[in-house]
Amino acid sequence: MIECNIDILKKDIANKRLDMHIVVCIKQVPDTTQARIDPKTNTLIREGMPTIVNPYDLHALEEGVRIKEEYGGKVTVLTMGPPQAKDAIREGISHGCDEGILLTDRAFAGSDTLATSYVLSEAIKRVDLDEKVDLVICGKQSIDGDTAQVGPGIAQRLDLSQLTYVIKVRSIDLKKNSMIVERQLEDGRQIVEARMPALMTVVKEINETRYSSLSNLIKAAKYEPAVWNQEVLGLDTTKIGLKGSPTTVRKIFAPPPREAGEIINNEGESSKEVAEKLLKLLIEKEVI
Amino acid sequence: MADKLDTLNEIWVFIEQARQEINMSSWELLGEARRLASDIKAKVAGVLLGSGVESLQEEIFNRGADKLYMIDDEILKDYRTQTYASGLFEIAKKYMPEIILMGATVTGRDLASAVATHLQTGLTADCTQLEIEAETRLLKQTRPAWGGNVMATILCKDHRPQMATVRPRVFEEAIPSNGSKGELIKETISMKEADVKTKIIDYLPSEQEDVVELENAEVIVAGGRGLASQRNFDMLSQLAEMLGGEVGASRPVIEMGWMPFPHQVGQTGKTVRPKLYFAAGISGAVQHLAGMQHSNVIVAINKDKDAAIFNVATYGIVGDLFELLPEIIKAVSEYKSTKK
Repeated sequence: MIECNIDILKKDIANKRLDMHIVVCIKQVPDTTQARIDPKTNTLIREGMPTIVNPYDLHALEEGVRIKEEYGGKVTVLTMGPPQAKDAIREGISHGCDEGILLTDRAFAGSDTLATSYVLSEAIKRVDLDEKVDLVICGKQSIDGDTAQVGPGIAQRLDLSQLTYVIKVRSIDLKKNSMIVERQLEDGRQIVEARMPALMTVVKEINETRYSSLSNLIKAAKYEPAVWNQEVLGLDTTKIGLKGSPTTVRKIFAPPPREAGEIINNEGESSKEVAEKLLKLLIEKEVI
Repeated sequence: MADKLDTLNEIWVFIEQARQEINMSSWELLGEARRLASDIKAKVAGVLLGSGVESLQEEIFNRGADKLYMIDDEILKDYRTQTYASGLFEIAKKYMPEIILMGATVTGRDLASAVATHLQTGLTADCTQLEIEAETRLLKQTRPAWGGNVMATILCKDHRPQMATVRPRVFEEAIPSNGSKGELIKETISMKEADVKTKIIDYLPSEQEDVVELENAEVIVAGGRGLASQRNFDMLSQLAEMLGGEVGASRPVIEMGWMPFPHQVGQTGKTVRPKLYFAAGISGAVQHLAGMQHSNVIVAINKDKDAAIFNVATYGIVGDLFELLPEIIKAVSEYKSTKK
């Protein structure tokens, strides 16, 4: 009788809980809806621009925490940025992450996506040495760069299964080290079974983010993340920062405005008259 | 600088196919590659990966490719990052072309990022303008950033190939010319199925009613917050149907749940370039403009004469859309019936 119970218990543990370790990569970004360019100097006006955690990354955090809640384990949040990106780590903690690490060093500044994925992947290697990483989650892209290149870069460098634009995690089988996800393509969904460890980037529709609990908010406010700089990581200096970035920005400029046309209606004209005038113009242009 | 790097003077275009059907963005890239190639006297080559895709070569040559590199292998039946990246990486390393262009589609972005990482070269995402710099022969890659508020021109000086993904519907398609011939180069892939870490279990096409072909629509009738309720989108559907077009929407409309996401036009939705774009009750946030300002003719209806949408509109109408739209629908319907 007792033996039998133990067997059930063992089976239960094997099926449900091993300790899953999830790393979520996030980015602190300027609130781009407020970005403006100085027309004289053609440089970005950064002054007074508020920073936020990249909106897609909030869904990555949420998904990490949900997976932890279902399968057990822990979530480590990682960001690379200036010292004030510590705030982004704290936000990750407030969303339910267990630990956070800030990667910051002047030597990392100016990194393009190739250099950034190098720094992040080396940091994940180190996290993995301490505690094996099963899954890395990123937002599908950042709203400032909009490249969607860093997540895949990490996956390739670490030889992880690359799963981009994930809209649903169907199941995770820790015993078999495999997971099934749905990827959002332009015209449908691709259902993929992938070996773990894996890296997935998520779209917003994957989940609804929740409000932080009071206890997590308190924890976050007091939280001091580990800070890893170049001295700690000892990276190849030819692969980081401006020097390690194959792409360079030649110039930035405000988008040329499209030439505006005309307001076709005059005051006092009836809607019927305006509609007929428009129709005539569209027929002339041969667009209807 | 560029001539010190040992490369083949070719511009490669990744020909994206799924279930033997070629994505329209590939034709746009072939057209653009041809234009760039004349500046550096390069050859244009297509790169085609897949299973049972050999018959597609004819159209690729008709669309202007001088050469076609092809890997036809069962392992490439479905798109998978690992197999496609491995195949493309191997041939890119072998031939080292000057430039590789890919569509900024889901597949193109997924694949380009992986391949650029293995090639340890630069990759510029989502370009909307490409130019060869005369003195350096470098590819000037221009793209919107910061939510469309800023344009940036990016160079990749010392690494090859220069890689870019290009936003669909920005460039014109290459016009096919029948009977064109080109050189077919067959390559193989070394990866074996046992090494592949992913398996495609299924593909679920979007439900019929969810399929919105905004990118290919010639006419789009789009509505914004000014429509005031979900019910009023019926007017847009009616007009769209008469014009053989689709209904589009701005982001607030999607967020309020009046229309489903596939209808969204803009930075986080779709980029479109129809012949005719109606913007009814759309104020014209930069994120929306980024997705539709390449439309041929734009008609904007808004009650606020200072709305930003009028800055891009070919024909602006300041007024109450609830009075104007029914009249426009009536006028169009009469016109259409006389034409029959």
